[in-house]
Amino acid sequence: MKDLASTQSKRIEVRSRVLLGKVALFALFVLLCTLLSLLVGRYPAPYVQSPQAIFSDPMALNLVVNYRLPRILLSLLLGATLSASGVVLQMIFRNPLVEPGFLGVSQGAAFGASLAIIFLGGSLLTTEIVAALFGILGLFLSVFLARRLRYGGWVLRLILAGIAVSALFSAGVGVLKYLADPLKQLPEITFWLLGGLWGSDWHQVIYVVPFVLPALFILYLIRWRLNILTLDESTAFSLGVRPGKEKMLVLALSVIPVAVMVSVAGIVGWVGLIIPHISRKLVGANSQFSFPASLFLGALFCLFCDTIARTLLWGEIPLGILTSLIGAFIFLLILTRPSSRGFV
Amino acid sequence: MSALSLSEVSFSYIPGEPVIKDVSFSLESGRILALLGPNGSGKTTLLHLILGQLSPEKGKIEIFGREIRSYSRSELSKIIGLARQEERVAFEFTVLEYVLLGRAPYLGPLEAPGSEDYKMAVQALERTGTLHLQDRFLTSLSGGEKQLVIIARALAQMPGILLLDEPLAHLDLKNQSMLLEVLENLREQGVTIIFSTHDPNSTSIVADQVLLLRKGSSLQFGPPGDVLEKEKLQSTYGVPIRVLETEGERYVFPENGRRRKRVV
Repeated sequence: MKDLASTQSKRIEVRSRVLLGKVALFALFVLLCTLLSLLVGRYPAPYVQSPQAIFSDPMALNLVVNYRLPRILLSLLLGATLSASGVVLQMIFRNPLVEPGFLGVSQGAAFGASLAIIFLGGSLLTTEIVAALFGILGLFLSVFLARRLRYGGWVLRLILAGIAVSALFSAGVGVLKYLADPLKQLPEITFWLLGGLWGSDWHQVIYVVPFVLPALFILYLIRWRLNILTLDESTAFSLGVRPGKEKMLVLALSVIPVAVMVSVAGIVGWVGLIIPHISRKLVGANSQFSFPASLFLGALFCLFCDTIARTLLWGEIPLGILTSLIGAFIFLLILTRPSSRGFV
Repeated sequence: MSALSLSEVSFSYIPGEPVIKDVSFSLESGRILALLGPNGSGKTTLLHLILGQLSPEKGKIEIFGREIRSYSRSELSKIIGLARQEERVAFEFTVLEYVLLGRAPYLGPLEAPGSEDYKMAVQALERTGTLHLQDRFLTSLSGGEKQLVIIARALAQMPGILLLDEPLAHLDLKNQSMLLEVLENLREQGVTIIFSTHDPNSTSIVADQVLLLRKGSSLQFGPPGDVLEKEKLQSTYGVPIRVLETEGERYVFPENGRRRKRVV
């Protein structure tokens, strides 16, 4: 019996290493694509440039270091945050169709941004801070309301409260759009709602990193334990976990960085829904591997979409349009593939 | 040594409406206890009290001679395992990944399972005869296989006491027999088992002791031969009942409609 256990255990170790290898491959791919995307843009000439062309032109070098690089870093952080949060929320709500915008965060941030554009002058920093605060307020309102609902279990109550809070903020955004100056403020609100990373510089990287990196790092460290939170409450309890407390902690760790990223990037949909699903297809449901896979694939997806957004046309294509378009296309592809097992 | 003892334990979800009333019993280590009673008699609540998820309003629960409240959450999770038949798994975990979750009590918050845990998980799968299923998705298993894998996950915790909530519900005869055999083997290995059921016949096959529950009160505690009596069961289930005895074991059937008519 012991021998069999040892042989089997070795086999399992080998398989774990294969999965880890896959994740490392994704990470390497992110690194390579990041370096490549530094050479892609509209200056000094459209599309891919040789490193020589950039280093020999001081203006091009300035542009790459001060604008293109921070924007690329932000797109990586945006994708990683949205997908990591997607994996976590899907696991703690035990529902593969949940995404980070669920708990009033996106609509809260949209309301905050519109408010800042109309009443607070709409400077970039003010808009970002107000949007982040309202995104977090959206989360707190959803949790507060869920505690007071008298219908269904905790997960259902949170989702219902999230829908209600999102609807309220969405109505608020409608009112603000109606009040906005149609020539100046309304286009600004609309553009913000479409999502994008134009005008990014190092200030924004410095603003998001203290919120995003520590949260993602802690989630990365506890990634295996996330599996336990997908079990029934009493089973999780029998395994020595306090499911209620741990779920709230993990919820805060995954949603607060989303609110901060949304405040910089606007509403960028589909990433948090589609990437966790693809990751599970590639490395399995175990969050020990599906969590880091989501981090890297999410970063890669947003980097890819944002590179198209800033390069393809003379003007900027809003990132949210591209992620929705490509995301919806991948979604349909997965669902219509004959071997697909659907969203389980 | 007594693995579990309850003295005058009461519990209510709504004050003044107790769902468990003054339940007392003591169970030796390495025995199988069946909690028998109709739906809503408090079986699952009693399991949650023994698990430590609920605290008794009144009375005392002792696990291996120590009061349950004196154990930390982590200590208790190494002593008591729980396997629920109704367990819903939302994602496509493989059987092995799922059974490895049973190693959580032995791992720190930042740790993932290592080779020692893999060995324990493989042994747990062997003890339930499900090692050949290790690479299958949990969602693709039959009811009986799934139940055995859920028990393997609880066994990976290396518990001295195993709680099973309705392990036999919805299983066909073959699966029931497979499961009962596994329970008997575990008893031989010294595991104390407490399972809830509304089916009196399964208790007579495998249980050493039966606790008959009605509306949260303990009607009787003792070996199946003493508890499975016509009058007691009729008053518990509220229907006319027939008890047949064959080869020293008792079997219980509801009187069917036609027979009742003939009697009338």
